[in-house]
Amino acid sequence: MNKLIASMRIALRALQVNRTRSALTMLGIIIGVAAVIAMVGVGAGATARIQAQIQSIGSNLIMVSPGSLSSNGVRLGSGAMASLTEDDATAIAAECPSVAAVSPTVRGGVQVVYGNSNWATNAQGVTPDYMTIRDATMMYGQFFTAEDVDGAAKVAVLGETVSQTLFGDSDPTGQVVIIKNVPFTVAGVLTPKGQSPTGQDQDDVILLPISTAMQKVIGANKANAKAVSSLMVQAIGPQAMDQALQEVTALLRERHRILPGLDDDFTVRNLTEVFAAQESSAQVMSILLGAIASVSLIVGGIGIMNIMLVSVTERTREIGLRQAVGAKTRDILSQFLVEAVTLSLLGGIIGILLGLTASLLISHFAQWSTKVSPLSVLMAFVFSALVGVFFGYYPARKAAYLDPIEALRYE
Amino acid sequence: MPAVIEIKDLVKDYNLGQVPVHVLKGISFEIERGDFVSIMGPSGSGKSTLMNILGCLDKPTSGSYELDGISVAKLNRDQLAEIRNKKIGFVFQQFNLLARTSAAENVELPLMYTDASAHERHERAMAALFAVGLAGRQDHQPSQLSGGQQQRVAIARSLVNDPKIILADEPTGALDSRTSIEIMAIFQRLNRQEGITMIMVTHDPDIASYSNRNIRFKDGRLQGDERVAQPREALKDLEQIPAEQPEELESA
Repeated sequence: MNKLIASMRIALRALQVNRTRSALTMLGIIIGVAAVIAMVGVGAGATARIQAQIQSIGSNLIMVSPGSLSSNGVRLGSGAMASLTEDDATAIAAECPSVAAVSPTVRGGVQVVYGNSNWATNAQGVTPDYMTIRDATMMYGQFFTAEDVDGAAKVAVLGETVSQTLFGDSDPTGQVVIIKNVPFTVAGVLTPKGQSPTGQDQDDVILLPISTAMQKVIGANKANAKAVSSLMVQAIGPQAMDQALQEVTALLRERHRILPGLDDDFTVRNLTEVFAAQESSAQVMSILLGAIASVSLIVGGIGIMNIMLVSVTERTREIGLRQAVGAKTRDILSQFLVEAVTLSLLGGIIGILLGLTASLLISHFAQWSTKVSPLSVLMAFVFSALVGVFFGYYPARKAAYLDPIEALRYE
Repeated sequence: MPAVIEIKDLVKDYNLGQVPVHVLKGISFEIERGDFVSIMGPSGSGKSTLMNILGCLDKPTSGSYELDGISVAKLNRDQLAEIRNKKIGFVFQQFNLLARTSAAENVELPLMYTDASAHERHERAMAALFAVGLAGRQDHQPSQLSGGQQQRVAIARSLVNDPKIILADEPTGALDSRTSIEIMAIFQRLNRQEGITMIMVTHDPDIASYSNRNIRFKDGRLQGDERVAQPREALKDLEQIPAEQPEELESA
């Protein structure tokens, strides 16, 4: 350890002799490390944003929608069939052990009126389980209760966009809005969630008790009064997703009396998985950015090798002298290796500082979220040290195996 | 006195291109502990090659070489480095000091390759500088010192490891005559008071006359080997020459 510090000091002094040269050599590593830190920061920022969006749709979410309808050879799109009912929802909640909560949902476009302003939005009839399934929280007021659903109460919970449009910044709790000529009391406002992974505004929504929505607003399906648009199912944990998927599928097939070999009349999708694919593509992006930036680190390493070779040639006599007074192969090897590593580590440290500054500037001026993790800083540090070892080894070896007689005689 | 150096039938060939060149053609001699030997001979006579082998910088093609009881002819690179570090001090014609490095750190250099602590290295370097009359100059860099002073730093460096032998290759070749005699005075004192065996290659018969024994080379063979009947006393000679820098030898 003592020896290492001593050789570090010798290396620093040797580097000081040619300040400009050392600085220029380091520049390669500085740019490389700074590029890696900034690029990985941008990539990680993008990944984090997608993760936050996935989080916003709710965790461990399975979406069940009705299957497509085919009549007289004309196939209608997915969801055309009124195959899912509130009873399916109740049965899933009761009989599937891997399912934590189920919320049946009906959807429809509505015009919401308050005073002399109005807004077209998406109305969803849901149950209070919506809160846990979507990981939703309230900004103002309370979510409606199971009693409100049973009693078909005329209460509404607004998304932030709707609240903002109709009421501005004020708390609308207790105010009355009119939907399809029915007055609804505003029970509360959801905490905004921002964009969904697919780019939709998740706050442009108005939530009603499902019973009220079916009776007064969206209207029940003509074929089946109990039919719903979809079921949101939450599994008990990330590991239970596949299990829950199987249980829901099996139960629904049984309830819908689908014989083995026939197609499901519903679709079950693991939403988390769908959006996780987006996340992994963002990660691939950030790996790609990092890889491109690493190329400049390698170029910087070649610069170090070049300068170390020049340095070995210039200091041939010094090497010869050191060998004459007793320096062993590994002494000379470690001297030049330490010098190369000092060069690359110093460049690495400056590069890290520069990269941190750059990613701050990027997020400030380009409004991109960047996220520099301590791990990527550590990696950059270790990597720059490795670059020093890798590219310093050949020149150091060349120095260590010089013939002392030749080296002493070198002019 | 037992021999510190024993060489027997030493042969060194170089392969320059196709034809092998026989540089040393079978040399045998012994050097006693505490002797002061000068080696003379024309260029190309093989004396530099012999010095390289004596200094464990090179290996003989055949023959045996025992240094302080150790047979060094078959040692590998790193083992030779250790022998050089522990038993041999080198003084070169061109001094070979590290530029932009203080006198003290130049002297410490051989100790960098031992287990000595920083404190011990410094103490020993200061003692060696004192021994060559350079106390107080430890912070000077080579460019701030005269040729004679630089050579004395180099001698201090060769001393710092308590070597058995000091090998000096034309130590006065780059110095004026008075400074050369000053260096001889240091050599004689180290030889007589510290008992260090001195081996010195020189062209100059005057310089050789300060040694106790003179070996002459020609064409890769020993041509003459005789004891110097009356070695000159460097300190006495210095008194005859008007001193230009009288303060230089006060502590020597």
